[in-house]
Amino acid sequence: MEAIIQDIQGIPLNHYILLSSIIFTIGVIGVLIRRNVIIIMMSIELMLNAVNLLLAAFSAYHGDASGQVFVFFIMALAAAEVAVGLAIIVMVYRNTKSIDINLLNKLKW
Amino acid sequence: MSLFYFIAFLSIFFAVMVITTKNPVHSVLYLVITFFTFTVHYILLNAQFLAVVNFIVYMGAIMVLFLFVLMLLNLNKETEPMKSVLVKAIGTIAGMCLLVTIAGSVKVLEVSNPVVLKNPEIGLVDNLGKVLFKEFLLPFEISSILLLTAMVGAVLLAKKEPKDI
Repeated sequence: MEAIIQDIQGIPLNHYILLSSIIFTIGVIGVLIRRNVIIIMMSIELMLNAVNLLLAAFSAYHGDASGQVFVFFIMALAAAEVAVGLAIIVMVYRNTKSIDINLLNKLKW
Repeated sequence: MSLFYFIAFLSIFFAVMVITTKNPVHSVLYLVITFFTFTVHYILLNAQFLAVVNFIVYMGAIMVLFLFVLMLLNLNKETEPMKSVLVKAIGTIAGMCLLVTIAGSVKVLEVSNPVVLKNPEIGLVDNLGKVLFKEFLLPFEISSILLLTAMVGAVLLAKKEPKDI
């Protein structure tokens, strides 16, 4: 354990912010360029995880446990979101026989 | 120290693979590997509780849910409709603009101090449990209501509607 603690010393906080930004951007690009609803939900999971990692890094940086508790709450929320979202996807597939997001444009102006 | 950069490279690589692979099942498997690299990140930050929870909840529960729905809908074939090349290029450029904006604002902030674990005990279970059940007791109980609501909602949504209504 001491070796791991020694290993993390010396990495700038900026690099954690950059890593989280890159993962978050990949999630945004995934939402923008795919039409499969399930892949879009997986991209949302990627974005949530990027925020989780950044919160954990800030928590370790400031020596405050609140950040890691927030990550715990975000994980509970992500589990609930995935359950409801996948139920909605199953219902949409039952009605339209497809998971193409472009079919769901009835609310588009 | 170089271990962090190696794991960070793996995270970015597999995250890109998630959104570029055509087959949805391969996409889910790449997402599992991405979440595993996040678990390694948590271990490097000495957040052991988060690492275990990430391993169990994300790699176990959520990914099984995704794979289950994929198999249930019989979508494990590469016949997915794709967006046109123009829309893909525009989406990628828009995402890169977001990244440049965030990176530029981080560069202005200049918080480039190295991460030093002031209190290495912070991510352990006993410490987090004390914080969770003293300062965050009310949100913790409310999150249980959220999970119950999500369960009821998921069951109601996925249930087949009776014909006679």
